[in-house]
Amino acid sequence: MELTRRNAIVMGAAAILAASLPVRGNAAAGDLIAAFTGGAEVGTGDIRLIAPEIAENGNTVPIEVSSDTAVEIMVLAMGNPTPNVATFKFGKLAASRAASTRIRLAGTQDVVAIAKLEDGSFVQTASTVKVTIGGCGG
Amino acid sequence: MISRRDFLQTSMAASAILGASGFGKWGRLAAQQAVTQDQLLQFEAFGNVSLIHITDIHAQLKPIYFREPSINIGVGPNKGAVPHITGAEFRRMYGIEDGSYAHYALSSGDFEALARGYGRVGGLDRVATVINQIRSERPDALLLDGGDTWHGSYTCYQTQGQDMVDVMNALKPDAMTFHWEFTLGSERVNEIVEGLPFAALGQNIFDAEWDEPAELFPPYKFFERGSAKIAVIGQAFPYMPIANPGWMFPEYAFGIRDEHMQEIVDKVRGQGADLVVVLSHNGFDVDKKMASIVSGIDVILSGHTHDALPEPVLVGETIIVASGSNGKFVSRVDLDVRNGRMMGFRHKLIPILSDVIAPDPEVSAVIDGVRAPFEEALGEVIGKTDSLLYRRGNFNGTWDDLICDALISEREADIALSPGVRWGPSILPGQDITREDIWNVTSMTYGQAYRTEMTGEFLHVVLEDVADNLFNPDPYYQQGGDMVRTGGLGYRIDITQPQGSRITDMTLLRSGESIDPAKTYQIAGWASVNEGTEGPQIWDVVENHIRKQGTVSVPQNDSVTVVGA
Repeated sequence: MELTRRNAIVMGAAAILAASLPVRGNAAAGDLIAAFTGGAEVGTGDIRLIAPEIAENGNTVPIEVSSDTAVEIMVLAMGNPTPNVATFKFGKLAASRAASTRIRLAGTQDVVAIAKLEDGSFVQTASTVKVTIGGCGG
Repeated sequence: MISRRDFLQTSMAASAILGASGFGKWGRLAAQQAVTQDQLLQFEAFGNVSLIHITDIHAQLKPIYFREPSINIGVGPNKGAVPHITGAEFRRMYGIEDGSYAHYALSSGDFEALARGYGRVGGLDRVATVINQIRSERPDALLLDGGDTWHGSYTCYQTQGQDMVDVMNALKPDAMTFHWEFTLGSERVNEIVEGLPFAALGQNIFDAEWDEPAELFPPYKFFERGSAKIAVIGQAFPYMPIANPGWMFPEYAFGIRDEHMQEIVDKVRGQGADLVVVLSHNGFDVDKKMASIVSGIDVILSGHTHDALPEPVLVGETIIVASGSNGKFVSRVDLDVRNGRMMGFRHKLIPILSDVIAPDPEVSAVIDGVRAPFEEALGEVIGKTDSLLYRRGNFNGTWDDLICDALISEREADIALSPGVRWGPSILPGQDITREDIWNVTSMTYGQAYRTEMTGEFLHVVLEDVADNLFNPDPYYQQGGDMVRTGGLGYRIDITQPQGSRITDMTLLRSGESIDPAKTYQIAGWASVNEGTEGPQIWDVVENHIRKQGTVSVPQNDSVTVVGA
């Protein structure tokens, strides 16, 4: 049988236990970050990302981003063929600068959130989401 | 100074919580001393609040034998830390005398001899006696069940958990949380939970469609005890739809959700909680990490990974209590709660030695009642064993070796895979194997024994994936459980490597040939998490195999080479 990433996951279904192949970072992601930040340095700080440690279903992974002072938050799935997930923009009158959505992940990878803050600086945070089909509980 | 009378009992004051890293040693036990019920239950009441914790009973109503693991490897920050210390090293650490009943109950080594000396453990009628004794001193003690209660036996399967519900109701718990219960299917779980006379808690049980807290499972409940306001927060097993068949409970989502846990802790503190207790099915290492991230939890009653620890582990200002499995232990935690905080505690892990602790007649009658319709089927002798049959351990146990043998011969496969679950009692050499014994190590609602083809490459992916569930250095990426058991297949595992590089030297044992990544092999296994899995039930496969053998012997299995431990 030909083993591809996709049928590894499907095979997990035919078989039993588990299949996950970590996917490599995508070169396109670096370009997207550069375009968003205009090459500015990206630090850490006022940006929060909530994502599950292990996805219950890689096809629909709930994530949430928030920040007190962001004007824009870009979300990237670093291992997806198209890493671009969404860019959320918040105006000055936004009651809360938070957004949640569901994303599809091709495999175990980092999800990255980069925020542009009111002062023009950029901050980022990342979370590894593992995509697996199964295991055996205690 | 801890006196002999206080052995198996530890306590400390709040000032020490802030400053000390250790809990002192138990009093030393005289080897092979006669044990009495009074000794096992001796406890000088402390403070104003008592918690009673029992967890991971896995439907074991009657006394059983249960061998603790000899291999339980810790990784990352947990390397060499409890509960990843076993056998003689564990006994030295806690000052447990070799040959004592504490050796027998808490650690591996000389299991067969000690089992013959000290007898069976557990039995929910004995557990009832312990609970009643504690309640006679502290009538308002809280009884908290950590889950994995409605799963794991013939009668539990046949009654869809009703036997356990009836017996647990007789013990009058105050709250519980969940894991394997959900494998009864959400319809049945909802039906039982709607009628439960106690709280069904889970701050991380969410509605899958809306990603909002599920209405049926409140995150917490308040109790007024000893003039203190106590919040008990439930934490169900985080990875249920991944480690177990999610299609059986598609309406629910789980996850660790420590941000939500922090919100709930802050909320109950804001509402005046003097004490915050988390009733958890996270597993021990996950609980340790959660305690380091979420602030404001006083006590975590930890379940899932089946660890039995004679002393709580302290993380920051949170104590974590691990109470074993299969009805073998009850933990009592007395707390001094004053001025909105925990000032100190006294703890005792009580081993349920079934020949020492008298059964409670009322609960015995309930147990006999739920078993009565099935007694004939339960007691039928299928065969006998020459070897000790046990399961616990990271890599293989003799029960799983026997199950894998059954799969290979009954299903005509090259290689067998058996799930690395941690439940399932032990059988001593010379004992008969009854139908009940077989069900005790196989019973589940998705027990079909499948047969499929896998390439060598895919088999490698499977082993790597399961190994990462166990040996990922970050506990939040671990699912609990042990390594998938293999029959007909040997391999080398370096647990220090990342996923994809741990498993090497895969060998087909029958021929001694290396596994060829491109070649297709016939694989038999059971407990698939996928819907529509076909095949005979695993307990029938195992029963047929044992019946043909008459007397089974399981030779030592050294087909897995472990490095980096």
